Amino acid sequence: MNEIQDQLIEDFGFLEDWEDKYGYLIDLAKSLQPLTAEQKIADNVIKGCQSTVWLHAQLEGGRVRYQADSDAFISKGIIALLVRVFDGQTPDDILHGDFYVVDRIGLSTHLSPNRANGLGHMLKQMRTYALAFQSKTQNA
Amino acid sequence: MKGATRIDWQAIRADFPILDEQVHGKPLVYFDNAATSQKPKQVIDALVAYYSRYNSNVHRGVHSLSQQATAAFEATRRKVQLLLNAREEAEIIYTSGTTAAINLVASSWGALHVVAGDEILITGLEHHANIVPWQMLCERTGAKLVVAPILDNGEVSLEAFAQLLSPRTKMAAFSWISNALGTVNPVHKMIALAQAAGAFTLVDAAQAAPHSVIDVQVLDCDFLCFSAHKMLGPTGIGILYGKREVLEPLPPYQGGGDMIKEVTFEKTTYNDLPLRLEAGTPNIADVIAFGTAIDYMQNIGLANIEARENELLDYATAKISEITGIRLIGTAPEKRCVLSFMLGGAHPYDVGVLLDQMGIAIRTGHHCAQPVMDRYQIPGSCRASFAFYNTFEEIDRFITALQKVQKMLS
Repeated sequence: MNEIQDQLIEDFGFLEDWEDKYGYLIDLAKSLQPLTAEQKIADNVIKGCQSTVWLHAQLEGGRVRYQADSDAFISKGIIALLVRVFDGQTPDDILHGDFYVVDRIGLSTHLSPNRANGLGHMLKQMRTYALAFQSKTQNA
Repeated sequence: MKGATRIDWQAIRADFPILDEQVHGKPLVYFDNAATSQKPKQVIDALVAYYSRYNSNVHRGVHSLSQQATAAFEATRRKVQLLLNAREEAEIIYTSGTTAAINLVASSWGALHVVAGDEILITGLEHHANIVPWQMLCERTGAKLVVAPILDNGEVSLEAFAQLLSPRTKMAAFSWISNALGTVNPVHKMIALAQAAGAFTLVDAAQAAPHSVIDVQVLDCDFLCFSAHKMLGPTGIGILYGKREVLEPLPPYQGGGDMIKEVTFEKTTYNDLPLRLEAGTPNIADVIAFGTAIDYMQNIGLANIEARENELLDYATAKISEITGIRLIGTAPEKRCVLSFMLGGAHPYDVGVLLDQMGIAIRTGHHCAQPVMDRYQIPGSCRASFAFYNTFEEIDRFITALQKVQKMLS
């Protein structure tokens, strides 16, 4: 997980100004596999974001597979970063791993994760899924 | 217009320290004035002076500081009375803001006047603060909330408003200027129509008071309210104006100190207006600084402010209309200070985040007026809102920045 984050930090490091960085974030958004209409249901909506963000998760072979979408590019770019880091990881790693990529890619501070903003809600929802899958595997 | 040309707007702008700030290394362009205005140094100094030199509780101390604080606190009431041309100071009630003022009316006036089967008429333009308190009143009493729809251009349908008034209508409550679209409602006509139907009237002047001359005796509404922080004053202070004969019979909203004459465990007698509706130690510092804000606005002159802001809005509207794909939300013939728009298919959130990178502060989202956004079937809009201290150069920067955003999101 840290290797993925370090790679992203390196990629963003090559970009000099805010335009390039946000341009890259928008490119990440565009490259994210969109959700199907059936997956864009109210149950998958992450509350607390200014735009609508959908997150779908399932467990495959002990690893969490995430898919996400948003009606805004910036939000979609942010959740694409999260998906890049957490998709395919074990619930345990997702719950206990250190998530530091967003703080170190030079995007503005209001995109850093805190409980009151969109990124904070996205992170929380991803970990909530991981926790649910973890208890499911432990009970099985 | 003539008056406006005599004013040195650059000198006025220099009174606002925050306008020299940089955001992301670029000079701040503050176009979120409908959310809250910036404060001139005179207002900031008034707060510092109060806390540094005569901080004291009001209405009870015999000592000098308390006398001084009380005099300054009550001087603001007089200034508000003159600002609104109210008949007397007792008609001016301090609240924490417009929201608190409407809640006070919905609670105290509602308890006295509203029963099951009655109706409260609002419009489709309202801020949540002029919707939810009435919904709560309706839930408590079994009254019904009735909504006059808006037309495609963002005007209230006066025809529908008139038709929806009936003998069941106990209150017609509406905004003077829409915070989401900038539409100026024909409040004089609406008040007259409501009065003819026998209804009480409340005008939400939160967006009007910073920009318009208000005369409550000409309007003849029963209640009118607004917030200081949108008109150069501090946060946490607002005004409820009410006609004496309407305020007098109202049961107190909250109980406590300052609102009583005599308290025993058996019986409490209440104080006279306005203190009867102002329980507890009030927001002294902010009331006093609000007085300074009123002085500051009066020195410029509301007519000059209005003319300047209309020029800014007209200029911005013309410039933004040149951008391909711009959709203006709200195109009423009479509008003030607010430019609500969609940039092609771009999500307002993206537009707001990218403009912020260029130092430009606008509001994005539903502007606490979700029903208005639903009316236009959009999740929210971008809203640039202007104040007299903004400049034409700032609008030029904003337009250039919007074009850059459009390119980045395409």
